[in-house]
Amino acid sequence: MPVYNIIQAVNDALRLEMRKNPRVVVLGEDVGRFGGVFRATTGLQEEFGKDRVMDTPLAEAGIIGTAIGMALYGLRPVAEIQFADFIFPAFDQIVNELAKFRYRSGGEYPAPMVIRTPYGGGIRGGHYHSQSPEALFAHTAGLKVIIPSNPYDAKGLLLTALRDEDPVMFLEPKRVYRAARGEVPEGEYTIPFGQAKIVREGQGLTVLCYGAMLHVVMEALEKQGAAEFDPEVIDLRSLVPLDTETILESVRKTGRVVIVHEAQKTCGFGAELSALIAEKALLHLEAPIVRVCGLDTPFPYTLEMEYLPSPERITKAIADTARF
Amino acid sequence: MNQATAPGLTILEAGDAPPPFAILDDDGAVRADVDPALVPKISDADGLRIYREMLKVRLVDDRFMKLQRTGRLGFYMQSLGEEATHLGVAYALRQSDWVFPSYREPGIAFWRGYTLRDFTNQLFGNAEDPVKGRQMPVHHTFRAGNFVSISSPVGTQIPQAVGAARAAQIMGKDDVSVVYFGEGTASPGDFHVGLNFAGVWKAPCIFVCRNNGWAISTPATVQTAAKSIAHKALAYGFPGIRVDGNDVLALAAVTLQAAARARAGEGPTLIEACTYRRAAHSSSDDPSVYRKGDLDESAIWEKRDPLNRFGKYMTKRGVLTPAIEQIYRDEITAELQAALAAVETIGPPPLVSLIEDVYAQPLPILKEQLAELLALPRQKLSH
Repeated sequence: MPVYNIIQAVNDALRLEMRKNPRVVVLGEDVGRFGGVFRATTGLQEEFGKDRVMDTPLAEAGIIGTAIGMALYGLRPVAEIQFADFIFPAFDQIVNELAKFRYRSGGEYPAPMVIRTPYGGGIRGGHYHSQSPEALFAHTAGLKVIIPSNPYDAKGLLLTALRDEDPVMFLEPKRVYRAARGEVPEGEYTIPFGQAKIVREGQGLTVLCYGAMLHVVMEALEKQGAAEFDPEVIDLRSLVPLDTETILESVRKTGRVVIVHEAQKTCGFGAELSALIAEKALLHLEAPIVRVCGLDTPFPYTLEMEYLPSPERITKAIADTARF
Repeated sequence: MNQATAPGLTILEAGDAPPPFAILDDDGAVRADVDPALVPKISDADGLRIYREMLKVRLVDDRFMKLQRTGRLGFYMQSLGEEATHLGVAYALRQSDWVFPSYREPGIAFWRGYTLRDFTNQLFGNAEDPVKGRQMPVHHTFRAGNFVSISSPVGTQIPQAVGAARAAQIMGKDDVSVVYFGEGTASPGDFHVGLNFAGVWKAPCIFVCRNNGWAISTPATVQTAAKSIAHKALAYGFPGIRVDGNDVLALAAVTLQAAARARAGEGPTLIEACTYRRAAHSSSDDPSVYRKGDLDESAIWEKRDPLNRFGKYMTKRGVLTPAIEQIYRDEITAELQAALAAVETIGPPPLVSLIEDVYAQPLPILKEQLAELLALPRQKLSH
């Protein structure tokens, strides 16, 4: 079985689906001739031509707006936004148009498409190459929000996204784009949305995370001694739809929860997870829910590793929660 | 002024905007200075149908504005004086062409078969509303007529239309996309982004700007320093044309030409239809507050009324008669009466429709939220 990084897994999924479904088209800045600034679309224009792999003018609202029109007409577009930080010119198209098209047209005009975008910090990217906007999209009815943490999931989830009937925000953790490597089966396979993955079973407490933070959590376990508290580590993979069963089952078992994400704390997705647990499993809790998150500041440049949840912060949160 | 010269030291300048292209004079006669070859060959039957649908817009608007004023309808937007921009374009297209409307073009939906019953049910947001009571009045969707769902944010439909046009191109179909917007909507980013993409892709897209002079209270002079809206096409590498927006023949002629260009792979066209918003922006608006005295040109534009002009033209052709007109009025009124009578018998959409069509299948959390709602008595309407 080949060993891929996340970029290669994304590329593989796109290539397979484009071979199978002639309606899949890719568009975005630098995705064609160059194969994307992260190289996720490498070789696709050579194989599928300029009508199916389109270098667009530099305008995110245009990329998403035209992709919506293509989806309405019957294509299955995959729009790449070069960095999630640059998605905001297209925010109106995503939130007011894409997310609402099926609903507002009484089901007559669905617009299934995929928006791929690298997100997250830890790459010395400053404010504008590091943000994690997932909560903004999870807060928008009509969108699905998917975040893989590894190549196997990236391929299987992206293939699901490309066949899903709803718009999918596919956020790729660029910090581990190349660092996260693993065996990826050749050929097609899909991973259903709404199924979290228990990465490590445990009895001591539940750790909820996704994307690049999974790797930081595992480092806390493996190198900082957090494993001694026997955490159960859950990679959510899919924020919308959310696998509430797996989360609540684990919480009922452990009674203790640590949530880790790199987006800022206030109104981050961890707030939703905390509320869910409080609503559905309060009497199982033996300790306060703890969130380890980015600070409520813009994303910093020089001090980014202090901003981001570190193995040390995560270990301390795990230890405090386990001992509470 | 610096008199020095050098190669390349040339400031690019736009020429003045020409007067809008018109075929009919205000009295419905073909203008003497127009080459007869430019007059579209509209059959008697099509001419009557255009007239009938324009009349329908007029009568329907009048009725629903009255219903809004008497408190029976929450909100309405009328097209008074702009009906030619609907039907001139409608006539020039094929049914398979896609229309991305703004909120003031019901005539093109009527032309394509949207019934007054569906139209009326949408306004009342009832159980038979095609969009299931989810949108304010006048936000229609008519899939069978390739009339795409209307949204309130202005201009978002522009890049979408370009995308649909590009998709037709990719899929090897010769459909064109037509997108409507007002002159105020030539200001936001989506207009510029959409035109730019269309130019680069040579997308088979026709941009129809209804320049009616007013964006609520804001006159066109506040929107742009350009010499016309049509000029803006030049910056994006394709033609723009100004046309008399109250002349259905001129609109049909330029749209036919734009559609032929688009189908031939020659790319997009921007049509600036020069007209005037004689009525209020919407039923919530009161132009007497901001459009007083000379600023109010309604009386001048009433003399150029598109319905009267085209009616006179069809009468001069010997096709339209007072008897036919009366038949149309009676038919439209009867259809409208029937639609309004039906409204009285149709209840609100079922509660389950709240969670349908958010996704292709309701997510578990939506089912849970609906169940919570169903367990309680219905909340009373506060309005």
